[in-house]
Amino acid sequence: MNGFSLSRWFGIIGKEFIQLKRDRLTFGMIIGVPVMQLLLFGFAINADPKNLPAAVLSADNSPYARTFIRAMENSGYFRGVVQVAREDEAEDLIAHGQVQFVVNIPENFSRLLVRGEQPQILVEADATDPSATNNAIGALQVLAATALARDLAGPLGAASPSPAPIDLRVHRRYNPEGISAYNIVPGLLGTILTMTMILMTGLAVTRERERGTFENLLATPALPIEVLTGKIVPYIMIGLIQVGLIFLASQFVFNVPMKGNPVVLFFVVLIFIAANLTLGITFSSIARNQLQAMQMTFFFFLPSILLSGFMFPYRGMPEWAQWLASILPLTHFLVLVRGIMLKGNELHELWPQIWPILAFMLVVILLGLRFYKRTLD
Amino acid sequence: MNAGTEFAIDVRGLNKHFGPKHVVRDFSLQVRAGEIYGFLGPNGSGKTTSIRMICGLLTPDPGSGSGTCLGYDVLRETAAIKREVGYMTQRFSLWEDLTIRENLNFVARMYGMKHRREAVDGALERLGLQSRANQLSGALSGGWKQRLSLAACLLHQPRLLLLDEPTAGVDPKARRDFWEEIHALAADGLSVLVSTHYMDEAERCHRLAYIAYGKLLATGTAAEVVSSQKLHTYAVTGPNLAYLSTALRALPGVGQVTPFGNTLHVTGQDDSLLRDALAACASDAAYRVEPIESTLEDVFISLMAGATDNFVEQ
Repeated sequence: MNGFSLSRWFGIIGKEFIQLKRDRLTFGMIIGVPVMQLLLFGFAINADPKNLPAAVLSADNSPYARTFIRAMENSGYFRGVVQVAREDEAEDLIAHGQVQFVVNIPENFSRLLVRGEQPQILVEADATDPSATNNAIGALQVLAATALARDLAGPLGAASPSPAPIDLRVHRRYNPEGISAYNIVPGLLGTILTMTMILMTGLAVTRERERGTFENLLATPALPIEVLTGKIVPYIMIGLIQVGLIFLASQFVFNVPMKGNPVVLFFVVLIFIAANLTLGITFSSIARNQLQAMQMTFFFFLPSILLSGFMFPYRGMPEWAQWLASILPLTHFLVLVRGIMLKGNELHELWPQIWPILAFMLVVILLGLRFYKRTLD
Repeated sequence: MNAGTEFAIDVRGLNKHFGPKHVVRDFSLQVRAGEIYGFLGPNGSGKTTSIRMICGLLTPDPGSGSGTCLGYDVLRETAAIKREVGYMTQRFSLWEDLTIRENLNFVARMYGMKHRREAVDGALERLGLQSRANQLSGALSGGWKQRLSLAACLLHQPRLLLLDEPTAGVDPKARRDFWEEIHALAADGLSVLVSTHYMDEAERCHRLAYIAYGKLLATGTAAEVVSSQKLHTYAVTGPNLAYLSTALRALPGVGQVTPFGNTLHVTGQDDSLLRDALAACASDAAYRVEPIESTLEDVFISLMAGATDNFVEQ
């Protein structure tokens, strides 16, 4: 009697399409997410980062040293190789993350080289993200063997010893053993906070709207600032509990070093939480229901996790993607957390990464105020 | 209330657009202090929007009128209005995942009440819900939810109650109890504006206003509203009323033909045309035709039919 009815079945399919068409945001997500993933995975993400900033501290201004530096640039792995004169200058650059490598060429480099005594070149690599440096270090090793081949040909050919003319020593700073957990665990702090802070606050406000209780809240003398901040505070606490858990795990389970000041870390975490909460609130004032708030969160979370340097090296991406990533708070937060935990950065050194988060927050607050409605109109 | 203010609500010429939709048009309303004022109109006629404008939840279109609620300016003093008005939304809008006591306690806090515990205990006692105070409010039946909502609105001792279709989906007994309470509150000096679809409820109000498609069409006591429309109504009994009603509707002068069980109420504004129509169709001895008093419902249906739906027009 009641068998499978094709016309009934098509009716259900038709209704589903009509509803999909009405829900613009979902429809946008269906198109937008694949496009975004294609762009990010296809063009932006590069597991073999090139054009890494490097500094050279050269005590030997010989043609050989210059040849080596030029060969570094030509390899494609290094970019804008800057010459620094003093050791503390080089130290500053690497500590602040402005360069990924410092190449030290010793005083007697050319003399030893010509004598065939395998002069040492010390390469300091910022190994907070091991995956970002490994390939470049590999390339350096090849350079050490080949870069000076032409210079050492002819009468000096004899000076070219068979293993390599240069003894390349690599010093992986901040993470000598190249342990991925050192990079991932502090990074998780940022991604988990991003996800929960935006989602929880987004849902908290849209839930009130969806259930009609928001109208009740608005009819009371409660001020918008009371409602908003009052709804946020519990989630700040949740965020701090998450931070505490991850931090404890990083110390006692993964043995990630904590070189910096925990108070500084706490301060930076608070700023980051605040930035994400403002975004969550803004999403919730745009979204009409909980589903939309969730979709918006996801749409923000995806580039955050892919572009920020959490999953793939930030410097491996083309410039446009780096520029895009530098808008995202997570990008800066990752540098901050790794800087504090692994490098022991102090607050004054962190400002270049803090102000972009504050700027992001300010813009989002201004947007949110435009959308937040005191009344229901 | 400012000294000498006679009206709990006195608004004139309020307008509200939502995008291109003119939802409320030149809305004026005077509700005297201590009065139960019924607010009627079909669905989507702008009742909820009007109520929200009165209690400061919505801002009327700028430059389109003004008014006071409890002596406070509805455009500028919304904060003061919110403190002294109890607004019960159409939909249950307390938190279903809070218990009854938690809900009342929260509302009391929102109004910054000093003796919160006593107020909440008092409200629970009046409701007769002390024993269920720790139950989630989402688990309550429709009637109890409505009583809880009313109790929550009254907690801060407002001087004006705005009730938006408070009895929708509530059984007759609960409705009667509810109205008894409203009358008791009004007797204590509370002013009440209540929107409703039920005619029996409209008749329980001291005065009425009828709004349709954003326009106020009639105001006054129930008797005044009925007589102002100058309607004539006849009750017809006899065989085959369904056929008779189709025939009558086609004739001039016949406004509404409404079946009431075994009788047909025939309503029109021109008595002589109406008599002619009845004579043409129901002259058979099998039919009994007698003039009756027009009811509020006859009047409202007539009003509704006469009003143009500006949403369809545009």
